[in-house]
Amino acid sequence: MAAAVRAGVSGRILGRGSAVGARSMSSWWRSVEPAPKDPILGVTEAFLADPSPDKVNVGVGAYRDDNGKPVVLECVREAERRVAGNQNMEYLPMGGSVKMVEETLKLAYGEDSEFIKDKRIAAVQALSGTGACRLFADFQKRFSPDSQIYIPVPTWANHHNIWRDAHVPQRTYHYYHPESKGLDFAALMDDVKNAPNGSFFLLHACAHNPTGVDPSEDQWREISYQIKVKGHFPFFDMAYQGFASGDPERDAKAIRIFLEDGHAIGIAQSYAKNMGLYGQRVGCLSVLCEDEKQAIAVKSQLQQLARPMYSNPPVHGALVVSTILGDPELKSLWLKEVKVMADRIIGMRTALRENLEKFGSPLSWKHITEQIGMFCYSGMTPEQVDQLTKEYHIYLTRNGRISMAGVTTGNVGYLANAINEVTKSS
Amino acid sequence: MNPRDSSSSSPSDRRLSALARHLSSPSAAGVGGGVSRSLASSSSFARGDSVFSHVARAPEDPILGVTVAFNKDPSPVKLNLGVGAYRTEEGKPLVLNVVRQAEQQLINDRARVKEYLPIVGLVEFNKLSAKLIFGADSPAILENRVTTVQCLSGTGSLRVGGEFLARHYHQHTIYIPKPTWGNHPKVFTLAGLSVKYYRYYDPATRGLDFQGLLEDLGSAPLGAVVLLHACAHNPTGVDPTIQQWEQIRQLIRSRRQLPFFDSAYQGFASGSLDADAQSIRSFVADGGECLVAQSYAKNMGLYGERVGALSIVCRTADVAGRVESQLKLVIRPMYSNPPIHGASIVAAILRDREMYNEWTIELKAMADRIISMRHQLFDALRARGTPGDWSHIIKQIGMFTFTGLNSQQVAFMTKEYHIYMTSDGRISMAGLSSKTVPHLADAIHAAVARAV
Repeated sequence: MAAAVRAGVSGRILGRGSAVGARSMSSWWRSVEPAPKDPILGVTEAFLADPSPDKVNVGVGAYRDDNGKPVVLECVREAERRVAGNQNMEYLPMGGSVKMVEETLKLAYGEDSEFIKDKRIAAVQALSGTGACRLFADFQKRFSPDSQIYIPVPTWANHHNIWRDAHVPQRTYHYYHPESKGLDFAALMDDVKNAPNGSFFLLHACAHNPTGVDPSEDQWREISYQIKVKGHFPFFDMAYQGFASGDPERDAKAIRIFLEDGHAIGIAQSYAKNMGLYGQRVGCLSVLCEDEKQAIAVKSQLQQLARPMYSNPPVHGALVVSTILGDPELKSLWLKEVKVMADRIIGMRTALRENLEKFGSPLSWKHITEQIGMFCYSGMTPEQVDQLTKEYHIYLTRNGRISMAGVTTGNVGYLANAINEVTKSS
Repeated sequence: MNPRDSSSSSPSDRRLSALARHLSSPSAAGVGGGVSRSLASSSSFARGDSVFSHVARAPEDPILGVTVAFNKDPSPVKLNLGVGAYRTEEGKPLVLNVVRQAEQQLINDRARVKEYLPIVGLVEFNKLSAKLIFGADSPAILENRVTTVQCLSGTGSLRVGGEFLARHYHQHTIYIPKPTWGNHPKVFTLAGLSVKYYRYYDPATRGLDFQGLLEDLGSAPLGAVVLLHACAHNPTGVDPTIQQWEQIRQLIRSRRQLPFFDSAYQGFASGSLDADAQSIRSFVADGGECLVAQSYAKNMGLYGERVGALSIVCRTADVAGRVESQLKLVIRPMYSNPPIHGASIVAAILRDREMYNEWTIELKAMADRIISMRHQLFDALRARGTPGDWSHIIKQIGMFTFTGLNSQQVAFMTKEYHIYMTSDGRISMAGLSSKTVPHLADAIHAAVARAV
C-alpha cells in the first residue's frame, strides 16, 4: 500500500504519468539467469547443511588437523600479536608490501638467487594465488595479445575461469593418465611439441591440483628442454610450496630447473595453505625479465592492471608474512609447522591406502601414496561420488578428488570402508 | 655415457646432447636470437629472448607521484596536500580507537580461524554495511531486495559492479562526472564499459554546473548508467544541494537511467552518517534500482585493509538472489574471495552499540577538524586580502578542495613554498593543521598575486 502511494506521489511530481515508482517499473535484471554453483565451494555448503553425525568433508582444500579442525599456525599467532596495535593502516603501494615480496621471491627463486641480486624480477603482491594468476592473465592479454594459454587436463577449475575472464584463448594439454592414475608423460610432451612456438604453458610447480600427480625430476628436465626448444613461456602456479613434501626447497625444484635452463618464467605464489592464511588473501606474482630496466617496466605495467581492480593489496596478511619470514626464529618455527602439516597428510595417505587394502579392495590404490600434496585423485566416477555422498555423507568434488587434509585417524577407517563399498564392484 | 640413438638413450643423455647442439649452433632452432652462453649458467637467456621485451614503462600515477616528490624534498616547511588520507593536527596517520579495540578483540579470540570467506565475503559484514548505507529500516532491506557483497574497498566494489553491468546490463556506457577521481575511467574501461562524461564542475563559480549536468544527463541515452558521488565529490568537494539532488533523481528516473553511487566518505563529509547517505536513500525510497559502492577506507581509517561493499538494490528478492549468484562469477576468477581482516574489524564495530557510538564520535571529530581547516584557510586568505572569492573553500565539503589554482600557480607553490598538491589545484584538507594554514595561505596569496 505504501509503495503504491509513493509511486503515485512521484508520478505526480514528474507529471505526464511517467514511469517512476514501484508499480510501473520492472527490473533491469529480469533476464539474469541464476548462476551455477561453484563446484568446489558448493561441496562445503552441502556438507554444512548435512545433519548426519557421520559426515566427512574431504571437499575443499583447506588443511585440518587430526581432529578435523582448522589450524592457525603458532608462528602466525605470534606475528599477529607483534603486529596488532603497532602499525598504522595506510595504503600499501600499488605493488604491495616491498618486504613481503622480497621474502617471497627468496622462497621461490632461492635465498641467494642472482636474479634477485640483479633485480631482474618484476614482482607485486597479489590477492593470493587466484589474484596472481588473474593479474598475469590480464598482463598476458595486454602485452602478448596474440598468445594463448595451455592448461593441463585436469586442473583447478578456476584456472579456466581466470584466463577466460582475461579474454585469453585457452587450449589444453594432456596431463593425467587415468589408466595408471599417474602422469601421461608421452602425450604431455607431444602437446608441448605440437603447440605453436611461443605458446604460454600453465604448470603446477608441485602438488598438482586436483590429481596430486607431479612429474619426476627427470621428467621436469625433459619438459623444460622441450619448452625451451619451442620458445614457450612457462607460467608456474605454486600454491603448495612446503606443503607438498614438507621442504620448501624441494618443492621449488621444478622452478629451479627451469631457471637453470635459462627460461624467463612467471610465478604465482600463495600463502593460503603453507601459512594457513587462506582468508587473508596473500600471494605474489613475479615475472623474470632480461634486466633490471625491463623488470621496472613490467612491474609498472602490472601495477597499472592492479590499480583499476583494487588499487592496492590488503596490508594485514602481508604484515604477517613479512614478520614471520623476516625473523629467523619465526621463520624456523614456520618451517617446522609446515613440515608437521605435510607429514600428517603423507601419514593419512598411507593410512587410507592400508585401510583400503585391509578391507580387501580388489582395485589398486598405490596411487594414493604415489600422489603428493593436499589432493588425491581417487579414480572414482561421478556416480560413485554421488553414492558416497548420499549413502555415507562423505563430501568431495564429483571428479573424485579427495582432500587428504580432511582425512583423520578418526575417519580414515569409515572413509576407506565407504570407498571400498562403492568401488568394489567396478 | 654412450650416446646411442635417441629412442633408447636416457632422458638425461638426450637433454645433454641437445644442449650441446645448442651451444655449438649460433642459430638454435625455435629459440630467438641464439644462445651464446651455456644453458647451464643461470643468466643465460640472451637479449630478445623475453616475450615482454617490448613492454614500456608505465607513467607514474599522478596522485601517488606527488607523495614521491614530497618525500624527496628536504625542506623543513614542506607540506603534503596530495594523497587523500586523513592526518591529525600533528600530521600523523590515525588509527581510530575503536579499530584498535576491535583488533584486540580479534587477537584475543583464540577460537578465530583464517578460513576462506565465502565468495560474497563476511555475511554479517554485508548485512551491517547495507544497513549503514541504506538505513536499518530501509524498505529495500526489509523486503530482501538488496544483494550486498564484500569487495576490496571502493575500487573493488566499482570494478565488480562494472563487470557485472558489462555482462548483464543492456547498456554498456557509463556517464561519469567531469572531473572525477582519476581511477574511475580506468576501472570502468577495464570492466568492459565505455566511459562518457557529463558536466559537473564549473570553474567560473568553483561550484556545480547544474544546468550543464541536467543537459548532459538529459541527452544521455535512455537507460544509460550514471556514476554519482554520494557525497564529498572527489576531487572538487562540490555536492548538489538537497533540492538539486531531487531534480537529478527525477531526471534519471524519467530517463530510466541506472544510478551507480560511489560512497567513499559516508560520515566523513558532514560528520553525520545519515546526512551523507541522504542522496542514496532518496533514490532507494522511490522504489527504483541502483548500485552502491561503499568504502571504509576513510571513515574507519582502514585504508590499507581494503574493506568495502557493493550493493545492488533490485526490484524483487528473487532478482536480488539471481544477481548475487552472478556477482560470484565475477569475483571468483578475480580473487576467489575477499580478505577477512578488515571486514572483521568493521563487523565488530558496527554490531556493538558502544563501539558504534564511539565510532560516530571519532568520525565526527575527523570531519570537524577538516571543516575547521576550511574555515581557518578561508579566514587566513581574507586576512591577507588575497584577490578573488575564496568562499568555495568553505562551501565545498569533504577531504578535498578544488582551489581553482592553475598548474603554473601550483608549480610555483611547490617550488617556492614546498607545497605538494596535484596539478589540477586539488588540496587535501586532511593534510593541513592550524600550524601550517598560515604557510599555505602565504603560498596561495603569493601565487595569485604574482599572476599577470
